Amino acid sequence: MKKDKFGCRKSHSEPGPGDGGRTGSWRVMRPVIDLDKCIPAKTNKAACFTCWLFCPDSVITRTIPPTIDYEYCKGCEICAEECPVGAITMVDETVFIEEEK
Amino acid sequence: MHIIESGNVAAANGVKLAKVQVVAAYPITPQTPLTEKLSEFVDAGEMDAQYIPVESEHSALAVCIAASSAGSRTFTATSANGLLYMNEQLHWAAGARLPIVMCVVNRGIGAPWTVWNDHQDAISQRDTGWIQVYCSDHQQIIDTVLKAFYLAETVNVPVMVCYDGYILSHTYMPFDIPTQADVDKFLPPFKPAYALNPGQPANLNTVTLPDIRPDVRGNMAPGYMEIRHNLHTDMRNAIDVMADINKKFENVFGRNGNPYIEEYKCDDAEFVAICLGSLSYHLRDVVDILREEGISVGVMGLRLYRPFPDQAVRDALSARKGVIVFEKALSYGNQGALYADIKSALYAAENQPTVHNYILGLGGREIKTDQLVECLRNSCTQPETIDDTPQWIGLKL
Amino acid sequence: MTEKTTILNLPEDELVHPGNRACAGCGLSIVYRIGLKALGRDTILVVPPSCLTVLQGLYPIAATQLPCLNVTFASTAAAATGVLGALRAQKNESTIVAAWAGDGGTSDIGLQALSGACERGEDFIFICYDNEAYMNTGVQRSGTTPQGVITTTTPFSGKAQKKKDVPSIIAAHNIDYVATASASYPLDLYDKIVKAKTIKGPKYIHVHTPCPAGWGFNSRYTVKLGKLAVETGLFDLYEIENGKFTLTGASEKLIGKERKPVAEYFSTQSRFRALSEEMIDNIQKETDAKWAEYNKNAS
Repeated sequence: MKKDKFGCRKSHSEPGPGDGGRTGSWRVMRPVIDLDKCIPAKTNKAACFTCWLFCPDSVITRTIPPTIDYEYCKGCEICAEECPVGAITMVDETVFIEEEK
Repeated sequence: MHIIESGNVAAANGVKLAKVQVVAAYPITPQTPLTEKLSEFVDAGEMDAQYIPVESEHSALAVCIAASSAGSRTFTATSANGLLYMNEQLHWAAGARLPIVMCVVNRGIGAPWTVWNDHQDAISQRDTGWIQVYCSDHQQIIDTVLKAFYLAETVNVPVMVCYDGYILSHTYMPFDIPTQADVDKFLPPFKPAYALNPGQPANLNTVTLPDIRPDVRGNMAPGYMEIRHNLHTDMRNAIDVMADINKKFENVFGRNGNPYIEEYKCDDAEFVAICLGSLSYHLRDVVDILREEGISVGVMGLRLYRPFPDQAVRDALSARKGVIVFEKALSYGNQGALYADIKSALYAAENQPTVHNYILGLGGREIKTDQLVECLRNSCTQPETIDDTPQWIGLKL
Repeated sequence: MTEKTTILNLPEDELVHPGNRACAGCGLSIVYRIGLKALGRDTILVVPPSCLTVLQGLYPIAATQLPCLNVTFASTAAAATGVLGALRAQKNESTIVAAWAGDGGTSDIGLQALSGACERGEDFIFICYDNEAYMNTGVQRSGTTPQGVITTTTPFSGKAQKKKDVPSIIAAHNIDYVATASASYPLDLYDKIVKAKTIKGPKYIHVHTPCPAGWGFNSRYTVKLGKLAVETGLFDLYEIENGKFTLTGASEKLIGKERKPVAEYFSTQSRFRALSEEMIDNIQKETDAKWAEYNKNAS
């Protein structure tokens, strides 16, 4: 068989992040965790992690304190809605643009 | 070992000798005895394969597609509407570059229902990206099944092994069943470049975009159009690959045959009748009769229909006075598909013979020798009286 | 199943990459992420066209870290059969084969192949994520779209027919394990898939999957609405193990209790805007009757 410039001859995809690009750019509101309220942050114990459980995009870590990967967070707000102590608030992205300036 | 058995049993023996690992099948006349035989082989422990009795032909090919993607040698068989029901899967198997082998036991398609032989089923699927090989006798059936796996796995294109319903599938003829040791010498085990594997995850047949994109390593990957172009070029390459496989086959089994065109009394023939399948053997009798009348005519059985061996066709036909294409199928509203292909191949020839088109045997309409003699005689002796439209043989309007 | 999984011992290993193309707040993303944790890495997925095809990424990059075969719409369960056949032929008895289809791919075009595979007793897990319409093609009615729902093919008066009860259809094949689950109860879903892995033969799990874009609600409420469907008794969490029906988790807790009115669920989504008071009353009565039966059987 003659070699051509493509070794692969069919639709063969390999795992890699960010196929949809930096999906953080979809976001208009940014979830921000108030560490004074967040249960694992406040108690310094592995507890709660409701935000991690429900995050559809696995951008929240099950760590103390939990962190959010804003590169990929789509801003769905599920974490803010589900946080049992209201520790996550949604903040307008324009605020951060101002800050970055 | 020489035995006398049916064409379906010849095919089944080929599949068994090829050590197929996964067989999926759904019953349809006249294919059924073939997969029944395979289920017997499996149930009796003579064949180490997974026999999966699915609930439709669409699913039969789904099983083959998936099992082949997971690295197993696979086989299925069907006829007529079963083949049509697979249509989407035929395209899928070819696009996914899976070396599936399928016997198509040719039968006319409904409506109205017919269970009898013609070629409309396979011919209507000629653009699915499958290689189509036609057989004229039982030895060709078993040998072609074995070669088909070799071919499919070499070029990564699925292969249909087509043979006439009843005329070959249900008639008994002597043929040689090669030994397993010889088949093993000829056909290596199936080793795909990639098979579904949790240790090396890949997502197969995913959605493509119109343009090419880089893969995870930053190398450009072929896009949809490149993938389709590769399918086409690999099918074209299959023409040469078939010649190599034929040589290898001859080295092991001591028998051979032209992989593209089987000629009979063609060396000096001014006129050549050409067709697919067992009809070419019937036409040998007709040629014998016309030769006695002093007509210089021969017959060619076209073995390979897709990819179309246009160079071989051109070489074989361009020096003739006339070519007469007999077809058990029709591109409705136009002409016989084979007729169109042959004319197209001859367009590049310096000398262009007249080409006639006879449509016959649809839905199993009996093909009588005297009808063939008369038509072929007319085409050879009064070619100018026959125009460029399909001429129907045996039509009772 | 002895121990129920908790947030703290749910595997941390993520098998779906972020940056995929699912909509923000996609219920399927939760189901898929949790489901893959339950299935584990020794799994081969079989997926027909659906939102999942998009979520999994466009060629040549995959959002999923498991091997996956994309197949034609009608052939999911048959293709899973083929993968199983190959694995058996290769003497691989450990790898899990999971078919993962949407409600259209399960209840409509994929039902014949699914029925065939269940009848043949294929050893696979079929997961249907039910977002109650053809979402990937832009919200057309499916067999599992509930009555009254506005879709792009039931545009003004809503779907006239009732939701097809797919788990019951599959249970009628006498397979050993049928379960329902919800995107809003990920741990329950996780435990059901883990249990399914221990059972031989066909396993069917039907997962209620809220879809913000298709149902007409703010993505913030994906989990809330899934819970509300359960709390109102409209979608029930249960298992049918060896023919025995048992309500589980949040639905089990509703036995003998007062449920939230179905109207509360309907009022949260624009897809229900064509429902009349009378239709809501009817659905409430049907739901009450269903639950009266549950309560009777439980006592």
